[in-house]
Amino acid sequence: MTDMKIIVAIKQVPERDAPLRIDSAAQWIGESGLRYAMNEPDAYALEEALRLKESAGTEGEVVAVSAGPERVGTTLREALAKGADRAIHIVCGDLASRDALAVARLLAAAIQPENPSLVLTGLQSEDLGQGQTGVILAELLGLPHASLIVQAEMTATGLKVKRELEEGWFQFIELPAPAVLTIQSGGNKLRYATLMGIKRAKTKPVRTLAAADLGLASAPAVILDQVTLPQKQKSTQMLSGSAEEAAAALVEKLKFEAKVL
Amino acid sequence: MSGILVVQEARKDGNTRAFQETLAAGRVLAGYTGLEIEAAGVGDSNSNLFAEFIGPPPAAAHAIEHPLLSRYTSDGYVLAFEQLIRKLQPAYAVFPHSYQARDFVPRLATRFSQALISDVTAIESGPAFVRQLFQGKMNAVYRHPGGGPCFVSIQSGAFRPDGTSGGVTTIDHFTPEIDAAQIRTRPGDPFRASAQTVDLGSAQRIVGVGRGIKDAANLPLVQDLASALGAELAASRPICDNGWLPMERQVGSSGQTVAPKLYVAAGISGAIQHLVGIKGSQCIVAINKDRDAPIFEVADYGIAGDLFEVLPALTAAVKKAK
Ligand SMILES: Cc1cc2nc3c(=O)[nH]c(=O)nc-3n(C[C@H](O)[C@H](O)[C@H](O)COP(=O)(O)OP(=O)(O)OC[C@H]3O[C@@H](n4cnc5c(N)ncnc54)[C@H](O)[C@@H]3O)c2cc1C
Repeated sequence: MTDMKIIVAIKQVPERDAPLRIDSAAQWIGESGLRYAMNEPDAYALEEALRLKESAGTEGEVVAVSAGPERVGTTLREALAKGADRAIHIVCGDLASRDALAVARLLAAAIQPENPSLVLTGLQSEDLGQGQTGVILAELLGLPHASLIVQAEMTATGLKVKRELEEGWFQFIELPAPAVLTIQSGGNKLRYATLMGIKRAKTKPVRTLAAADLGLASAPAVILDQVTLPQKQKSTQMLSGSAEEAAAALVEKLKFEAKVL
Repeated sequence: MSGILVVQEARKDGNTRAFQETLAAGRVLAGYTGLEIEAAGVGDSNSNLFAEFIGPPPAAAHAIEHPLLSRYTSDGYVLAFEQLIRKLQPAYAVFPHSYQARDFVPRLATRFSQALISDVTAIESGPAFVRQLFQGKMNAVYRHPGGGPCFVSIQSGAFRPDGTSGGVTTIDHFTPEIDAAQIRTRPGDPFRASAQTVDLGSAQRIVGVGRGIKDAANLPLVQDLASALGAELAASRPICDNGWLPMERQVGSSGQTVAPKLYVAAGISGAIQHLVGIKGSQCIVAINKDRDAPIFEVADYGIAGDLFEVLPALTAAVKKAK
């Protein structure tokens, strides 16, 4: 078997607890002052990639790819610190205004020349949540795919993966490699970067590609017109005061109004 | 046809709830565009694929038949729907946002140089499609610039099927060309992970804990409240992903569906995949330090505060009230 080369597509997203506000054009969120982190499902994809490489035992490579502005570099360094061997940064300042197809095209253009044995992504991003990038990528690369995967193993003929279905059901799927898998959370425990890993990451190669060099931008297939705040559907009774006051008031309500105690 | 094609997920036992909701979404779209609705689904001619419609039936229904489609595969479904859509040329193709649709529709849309507008919660005039961003913290309004079919998938529970049922429609059979070699994946039979030892589905009171609990070591805080209430303990996905509670206690689209009299959500943000599991609850209480957390959208009662203060106080108050 030739050396295994696994590409992991990783997105940088606002930190989960970051306070969000809509930007002045109401077409995205205000990005200044925001803190960013690795999209969690992508962290699981990276974890799966590192484990597959380790269990193969042969010489192999895990390559992290991310599209986004300069700040994305910190997330790629994090991937390198956790064990990825090198990284590709597609420098792109207008990611939020590109649709899923356009973003997948950028990734595909960067991944294609690598001739990977496997491509992994998280099943969806925590910001846009479209859940499409990996599946579109498979189509653009002409590869088979499986989505919502919690476990993957290389076999003599390709891959055997465990796919999550609704309501606690699963199924195994066999498919030939190379393939694209979108990874669901929870299949593995995420590793932390070690101090040694962080130190090593500084010397690992990060190649930058300009989005403009990866093919002509095409007309958008869909347009994000406006970002809005959700309208409250239900009138929630908020109980205020100190923790003790709110708790006492809640128990009253549950007992005498909702009658569920 | 240049109309709206509403897609039924493959089932052998008649129209699913998801299909009726997708059809309801199709009708909203029809209201804004004046287009006619047709339905499509994979199923053999003997199955009652389109048994009964809630509300007015579609103008026609297309049963896609092929022996290679007896088991769902993304390759098979992409080929089949690609051919049907090229033949019918609908302006819109509307799917339920199911695990199956997530798996093949983005690939299908790519064949038409289109991008799916996924997990849509509302359709407005334009037409404009509303979907959630940041796990429900914000909404985004999307438009389709036209030219080629617009692919849309509909969030479960977002559109209500209404009207009398019983209408019928003509069923047209469509046989796509598929070669066995074009199907690259080999799916196995579905199975359940582990024996279920807790039945959250019949619990009367449930305390659900989320990532706000920060560490497994803090779980006694929710366990104490649960025992004071005589409630079962449940959790959001990250808690089970981390192994802090067993997976059988996970509530939501990939876990259990519950319908207690009382559901207390502590440190749970309220992502749709969690909400679908709890929407049958009679009374929902949310405790969250973020006043704008989407969980408050569905809660009857809310305390905007730090669960590390609120939970002990609530446990004490419940005990006192007994
Ligand atoms: C295909 C798919 C299936 C999924 N299935 C499920 C499923 O079955 N069940 C499920 O739950 N999820 C599921 N998810 C995941 C889901 O999208 C969310 O990521 C998850 O529900 C978030 O869990 P959480 O609310 O506990 O965590 P978070 O979203 O991180 O929310 C934590 C909350 O805690 C609050 N908090 C933090 N500290 C405190 C404090 N001190 N006091 C009070 N509040 C605090 C925060 O304000 C925040 O609102 C699924 C996702 C996908 C893509």
